Amino acid sequence: MLSLTRRSVALGAAAMLALAGCGGGGGDKGGSSGGGGGAKKVTIEWWHIQNTVPLRPVWDQIAKQYMAQHPNVTIKIQPIENEAFKAKLTTTTQSGKAPDLFQTWGGGVLKQQADAGLVKDLTQDVQPWIGNLQQIALKPYTIDGKLYGLPFDNGMVGFWYNKKLFKQAGIDTPPTTWTGLLDDVKKLKSAGVTPIAVAGKAKWPEMYYWSYLALRIGGANVFANANNDFSGPAFVQAGQKLKELADLQPFQKGYLGADYDTPNGQAATVGLSKAAMELMGQWAPSVEEAQSNKKLGDDLGFFPFPTVEGGKGQITDAFGGGNGFAVGKDAPPQTIDFLKYFLSVQSQQMAAATGAILPTAKGAETALKDPRALEVLKTVSGASAFQLYLDQAYAPAVGQEVNDQVSALVAGKASPQQVAEAITKTAKSQ
Amino acid sequence: MARPGLTDERSRGTATMSRTELLADGGNERRRRRLRRWLTITLFLLPALVLFMLLVLAPIVIAGYASFFKWNGLGGPPTDYVGLDNFRTLLSDEVFHQDLWHAVVLVGLSLVVQLPLALGIALLLNQRFRGRAVFRVVFFAPYVLSEVIAGVLFTILFDPETGVKFAQGWLADPNTVLYALFIVLTWKYFGFHMIIYLAGRQNVPQELLDAAATDGATGWQQFRHVTLPLLGPTIRISVFLSIIGVIQLFDMVWVLTTGGPVHGSETLAVTMFNFGFKRFQVGYASAISMSMFVISLVFALIYQRFVMRRDVQGAITVMGNQG
Repeated sequence: MLSLTRRSVALGAAAMLALAGCGGGGGDKGGSSGGGGGAKKVTIEWWHIQNTVPLRPVWDQIAKQYMAQHPNVTIKIQPIENEAFKAKLTTTTQSGKAPDLFQTWGGGVLKQQADAGLVKDLTQDVQPWIGNLQQIALKPYTIDGKLYGLPFDNGMVGFWYNKKLFKQAGIDTPPTTWTGLLDDVKKLKSAGVTPIAVAGKAKWPEMYYWSYLALRIGGANVFANANNDFSGPAFVQAGQKLKELADLQPFQKGYLGADYDTPNGQAATVGLSKAAMELMGQWAPSVEEAQSNKKLGDDLGFFPFPTVEGGKGQITDAFGGGNGFAVGKDAPPQTIDFLKYFLSVQSQQMAAATGAILPTAKGAETALKDPRALEVLKTVSGASAFQLYLDQAYAPAVGQEVNDQVSALVAGKASPQQVAEAITKTAKSQ
Repeated sequence: MARPGLTDERSRGTATMSRTELLADGGNERRRRRLRRWLTITLFLLPALVLFMLLVLAPIVIAGYASFFKWNGLGGPPTDYVGLDNFRTLLSDEVFHQDLWHAVVLVGLSLVVQLPLALGIALLLNQRFRGRAVFRVVFFAPYVLSEVIAGVLFTILFDPETGVKFAQGWLADPNTVLYALFIVLTWKYFGFHMIIYLAGRQNVPQELLDAAATDGATGWQQFRHVTLPLLGPTIRISVFLSIIGVIQLFDMVWVLTTGGPVHGSETLAVTMFNFGFKRFQVGYASAISMSMFVISLVFALIYQRFVMRRDVQGAITVMGNQG
């Protein structure tokens, strides 16, 4: 009996300790969410997906500098891999919570988050300094006239090509029309060069082809005017044109199982000069380098997606997007101040110097070392129109359906007509 | 059983009490005792029960509830009630049909190839020979390896450019991917079934085999009429685990192919993940998970009731019959 009593006393003490611990934690948290400014201690929970070099250490450094200037602010950084981030954010937001500062691509997902009241409307708070950023980059983060996120990176998709391999096939200048592209694909093939690398497992790189074709055929507003109906002639023709390309079998061996950024994926295939080109965003050169451990250097060139004969679109209409951050609804006000610091010309120059992003702060582009990056940045800031990636512009269900369907089309498992109908069906059910 | 005797003695001693009083008194006593017993059981079961409710029952109930809603999982509980719409869409979805077909193919292949292979190797490894322990460990090793590591290893083996010559690009072709997946699954899990069979085989008494041999039974007859029937319970449980494993198959597929190419290796669990975490159609994903739950449950009940009847005496499904 005595021993039992003693044990229960010990247990009770342990429980008290545990409770005390909880209480302490709760107190801290209360302080952070209620912090109105001044010297009050606050914690900013920051989830980002730049979980590898080169950007991860840069983000760490920017956070460290900010914390040194603001000793009352603690920034808790959680670098998370892209897919894991999406899964983790989903489970967190289901309970009605959101991190203070987190990755966003704008578009449909951000709209869902805004509709659910999970993210802060930043329009008023950033008014004094929003002019420091490129205006075209803000478009994907503006929903119903309100700004729900800020981009630190914005760019566009285009063809990245291997000049040496093009020369080997007797091609002097990159194509500007779809027919020209198909001709060049044939030339590359007959020269024994794999024309195009694509990641059939990841699917989204295939979606770029269909999207760009629809833009070139139906004009810059084809998606804006679609109104959830993707069965129109522009979309079906886009499928037909893409099928023309796929029928030439221009892709690397086993492309259906290839990922984008793995050692045997799309980027590595181009980086190792095993394929002549890829259709990819502004980050392409840095991923090619990272995955293949080889530098293509001046052999790598960029050309915009060619026009389609008889189409309404122009070669200057850009398709792309970037990366940004949204602010959680319960985030302490210091979060926005940190975001301002994060998007200052200095911080943006640090990030731009890595070559992994195209900065959105005006003046930060001077830090870009790669002339091709500067070229992309100039093209996108001078674009005649801008369309965000479909898998981000639309609700996730529609975006994924586009990816799935286009991937089936490229694999020869669905017709252009079926693709257009399936996407329409999903879009209408949303 | 000393207590019933005690009651008897007391009832005999109180012979003056009326018969009804007597009965009532004995009933009260019995009831009190039963109550105390239940109280003890409840008390000891409580921690496990609470955890079970919180981590197993509650999620099932929530998923069941969510499956009647159109819900993207954001911002609080679902509100857009759609009745059975999610299930209707599911039943007419081609991908869902494919998933079921893939499960049937994988189960069929497992029963025809994987389990006999495991059984054969288990019987071989039961023989006395030098280095037996080493072989046992070697064959069991893949099971210990993490799914992700095994998956990555096989993506290297199946690589379209640098993989093993005859298997290059199997994961990248919609027509071969399911069989490639089966090869990986067999490699990964046959060791587990082998160990179960080995344990089962060691429970077969040597006397029976000796007796059969004395009666002139050949090696095959000994296996067919002595070893195999006595391995019955083991085989039935291994078949059960294998089928349930296929219905819930996710991680290996995710690492190898994420269900592709063009849904060629997609399973129910992969489809559910895609809708829940990529398309944010949490209501629909819940409907898929409910269908998986129902399929598993119905299968488990039927299987236990009809196939494993004698092996699981006392389990819920047969309790009524056993009295």
